[in-house]
Amino acid sequence: MSQQTASVPVPTARELEAARQHQRPRRFSLEGTLSMALLFVCTIYFLVPYFWLIVSSTKNAGDLFGTFGFWFAPNFNLFSNLQQLFTYQDGVFPRWLLNSFLYAGVGALVGTWLSSMAGYALAKYVFPGRNLLFSLVIGSLLVPVTALALPLYLMFSAVGLTNTYWAVLLPSIVSPFGVYLSRIYATTGVPDELLEAARVDGASEFRTYTIALHLMIPALVTIFLFQFVQIWNNFFLPLVMLSDDKLFPITVGLETWNVTTAGSAKFLYGLIITGALISTIPLLAGCIALQRYWRGGLGTGSVKG
Amino acid sequence: MALESVTSLSPGRGKSFQFWSRRKMTPYLFFLPFGLVFLLFFIVPIFYAIYQSLFRSQRSGLGLGAPTINFNGLNNYSQVIHDPDFYTGVGRVLLFGIVQVPIMLGLALLLALLLDSTVVRFRPFFRLAFFVPYAIPGVIAALLWDYLYDPGISPIVKGVSGLGLGSPDFLGSNTVLWSIANIVTWTWTGYNMLIIFAALQAIPPELYESARIDGASGWRIAWRIKIPLVAPALVLTCIFSIIGTLQLFNEPFVLSTISNNISTSYTPNFFAYYTAFANNNYYYAAAIAVVLAVVTCVLSFGFLRVTRRLSGV
Repeated sequence: MSQQTASVPVPTARELEAARQHQRPRRFSLEGTLSMALLFVCTIYFLVPYFWLIVSSTKNAGDLFGTFGFWFAPNFNLFSNLQQLFTYQDGVFPRWLLNSFLYAGVGALVGTWLSSMAGYALAKYVFPGRNLLFSLVIGSLLVPVTALALPLYLMFSAVGLTNTYWAVLLPSIVSPFGVYLSRIYATTGVPDELLEAARVDGASEFRTYTIALHLMIPALVTIFLFQFVQIWNNFFLPLVMLSDDKLFPITVGLETWNVTTAGSAKFLYGLIITGALISTIPLLAGCIALQRYWRGGLGTGSVKG
Repeated sequence: MALESVTSLSPGRGKSFQFWSRRKMTPYLFFLPFGLVFLLFFIVPIFYAIYQSLFRSQRSGLGLGAPTINFNGLNNYSQVIHDPDFYTGVGRVLLFGIVQVPIMLGLALLLALLLDSTVVRFRPFFRLAFFVPYAIPGVIAALLWDYLYDPGISPIVKGVSGLGLGSPDFLGSNTVLWSIANIVTWTWTGYNMLIIFAALQAIPPELYESARIDGASGWRIAWRIKIPLVAPALVLTCIFSIIGTLQLFNEPFVLSTISNNISTSYTPNFFAYYTAFANNNYYYAAAIAVVLAVVTCVLSFGFLRVTRRLSGV
């Protein structure tokens, strides 16, 4: 085998790759079949619960308990479920939806901006205390965020900020992981020569930063996405901070309904299921639309980590 | 040196003294906005929790009247360490982690290697399918599985008992922990797989082309070349999983509404929450949070040290 290959010119990796891509579909192998079988089994495992959610959101309360769970019932009830969901308790659900967008959108936007400046400073300036600050940021990645929620609650209640939008927004802004990522991107993606050239041309330090920011845009999208998902999915912090249901994000809102169903209100199941389906749509849509940013960001985070 | 050359090149900027001091301040000004919120909402809470954990609230006499708050030294800590509710909770999440984390990461690694291999088709479809659970908020995923476990509504329970195999009890005292493990595995495998997959994609193909030409099998290449090269990504996912496991809260919190086998001290985090908000004992809860954070940091940092020493990762 190795003799044979030694006698012919060794193809480049790229050519080999192309050849492999070409011959792959025609080949049958046990290895390939087993691999595909395993992947299909896993696909079923990962998708079936979500499929159940979609199916169930189209059923009325009777069918939800009375028909086979993994297939549609004869009556298609999605629209009346939605209508009920959006009007129940004077339309508190659309309010939760808006709150989630507010917390995640504003929190991630401001957080990304602050992270980009801090990461840029750590990457592009040499100053006393730089290593200490960076170590603090890295070390804080190991601190469990839920451990902070309780003392934060006590601090916020001391200044009367619990049960306000600020109670969820302010702590959500802090993203050490964002600083870590934007430092990596600024180091690798923004050439020093460009910044020096801008300074030579008389640009202020802030103007120089905005020039660097343009080169960092793909990175910033990744940081924004990470943080948006994190805030959108956050449950513990708003659960601890908020008691007024008008301020709830969607996660806390639906869980409070779930606690109610444990009593008698069976019809709430349908609303919770439909609400749960709605709560997944923004993230799914965002993740699919911005897939390449996801992969880029995850790659950077892991390879350098 | 570099700064001097820049200042001499830009005479229009006024006195070099002014420029020097401004340039020295610049990085601090850029760091300041983040530094401020980081200090206020990350560093200060840690110290505030430590401070709070040194006190206790006491009711005098018959428990009427307002409670008084007294300095309690380290007594809360000795109480936490000897509190069976706390250490059985820690033991439970450790058992959970020892079983669940290797299964989840093993599956994530296997799936990532398969998607990276040449024998698989429809890669974008699989990548997306595995990623769907991550886009579902953790507490919503817990709700979803809550319904799939709930005998009143679950098609799984109904289906299995309809086949005459008896009805499975996902919420029993011996099974509920593993039902929670299933929810966590379902939610996080795809995310971990993507991290490992991204690391695999970053490996230059030249590194294993020669092995392939020499006739090494796909599995041999994976075992000897690819896995060692993605070890840093594996360590990263493992540390995130250790932290996540010790903080377990959403899933037991949601399932506790339908299962009688989840006590209020089922996980340490649940115990801290319950102590603070149902018993209004913030001081003791702060001590629990601090001990839990220390245990988490020691374990994740210790894991990092051990893997560094073993493999030079």
